[in-house]
Amino acid sequence: MAMPSMRGDTVDVLNFALMLEELEAEFYTRGVAAPGLIPDDVHAVFDQIRKHEVAHVAFIRGALGARAIARPTFDFTAGGMFADVFTNPETFMMLAQAFEDTGVRAYKGQAATLMPDPAVLESALKIHSVEARHGAEVRRVRRQKGWISGSSRGDLPPVAQKVYDGEGNTFHFILAQPSSNKLGLSEAFDEPLTKGQVMEIVRPFVRGGR
Amino acid sequence: MIERQEHESPAPDTASSDLRALGAWGGSRRDFMRTAIAAGVAIGLPMALQGCVLGAAGRKKLDFGDDFGILNFAYALETLEAEFYEHVVRNPPADLRPGELQVLRDIGAHEKEHQRFFKRALNVLRIEIPPRDFSSIVMTRDGVLGAARMFEDLGVAGYNGAGSRVRLAEFLTIAGKIVSVEARHASAIRDLIDPNSRSFAGDDVIDAMGMDRALAPAAILDRAQPFFRGRLKVVNL
Repeated sequence: MAMPSMRGDTVDVLNFALMLEELEAEFYTRGVAAPGLIPDDVHAVFDQIRKHEVAHVAFIRGALGARAIARPTFDFTAGGMFADVFTNPETFMMLAQAFEDTGVRAYKGQAATLMPDPAVLESALKIHSVEARHGAEVRRVRRQKGWISGSSRGDLPPVAQKVYDGEGNTFHFILAQPSSNKLGLSEAFDEPLTKGQVMEIVRPFVRGGR
Repeated sequence: MIERQEHESPAPDTASSDLRALGAWGGSRRDFMRTAIAAGVAIGLPMALQGCVLGAAGRKKLDFGDDFGILNFAYALETLEAEFYEHVVRNPPADLRPGELQVLRDIGAHEKEHQRFFKRALNVLRIEIPPRDFSSIVMTRDGVLGAARMFEDLGVAGYNGAGSRVRLAEFLTIAGKIVSVEARHASAIRDLIDPNSRSFAGDDVIDAMGMDRALAPAAILDRAQPFFRGRLKVVNL
């Protein structure tokens, strides 16, 4: 389904998404294959996520055709910061949560750019909501709430705070929303991240490619 | 069945961010709404509408000819969801497991904030939603969680299907912020029903491309209609 006439902006958005999906696809493929890493009772969860990320890569590559970027080289230890990513279940799942919550915010940040391409926009929305399902499930597997409270990183280490900065925003569109339930209000809306903000989060994990 | 009516009157596209256009407006209602949307972005939507004589009180039709139709569509769905969870919290099934009622309460609190957002954003342009009717829902754990799963999956499919119809980027952003949370809800409910399984994003809703559903507004309203006493009228679908 190569579309040589695809708008440059759309190509850029899809390649940005492709990079993130390649990251997640490899992360889960390696994680699911790592002996003894993922506990048996939640193996199905992570295999389902893996399956979806692999499918997302395939879809986006198909949509981009020759204009797709090469698959980047990833370092899931982030230069040694997470040396036990594929040997310690807690580290793996913590990164899974961070990647999912970041990916969801990344798609939201790009949606408006796709408006001139309604079919691509709809595909992006249909992928975005799946990533949100992933995020909620990984959080729940980790005994957290499925949604994000305020701008809290919960039990993730301080280095992960960038994933959650700005999530406490309660000013939506042009309306500051008064509510007696501040926590519920902050949880009710997930927030976008700009491409730059996302790159700041994922750059430590990307070695080669773009 | 949903009643469908033909588009009321053809109108040229006269979207303009000029505030004076609001006072000098002599075009159709569609023109007005497009102008109001553009002006509203500039000066704050509720303020833009308060000074205008619209005769919109008692509006009953969902008009998909403009973004306000889509906002009203979301307002109707969020109202339905918010009241469903309020209904459950008032009549909690005795066989709910520890912690589950709190999850339902939390979700309901989010839906309430969504509803409140659309109510404020729409102001005088919001429709009158028919009364809600949850009598068909069996108030057991199975019945309530099954209904919750249905409502949440429906919300996700509805926002996904409406997103590409939205004209104003700011509205798309808002829809994105909300559908993200609806998908988290859907995942969480499915995890309550079938913990630690593939169900959170099961093959019954996620296709071979790893994509969620997107349903057109008509399909969503058909599925929501049983929970309204009285017809949801839709124009310009």
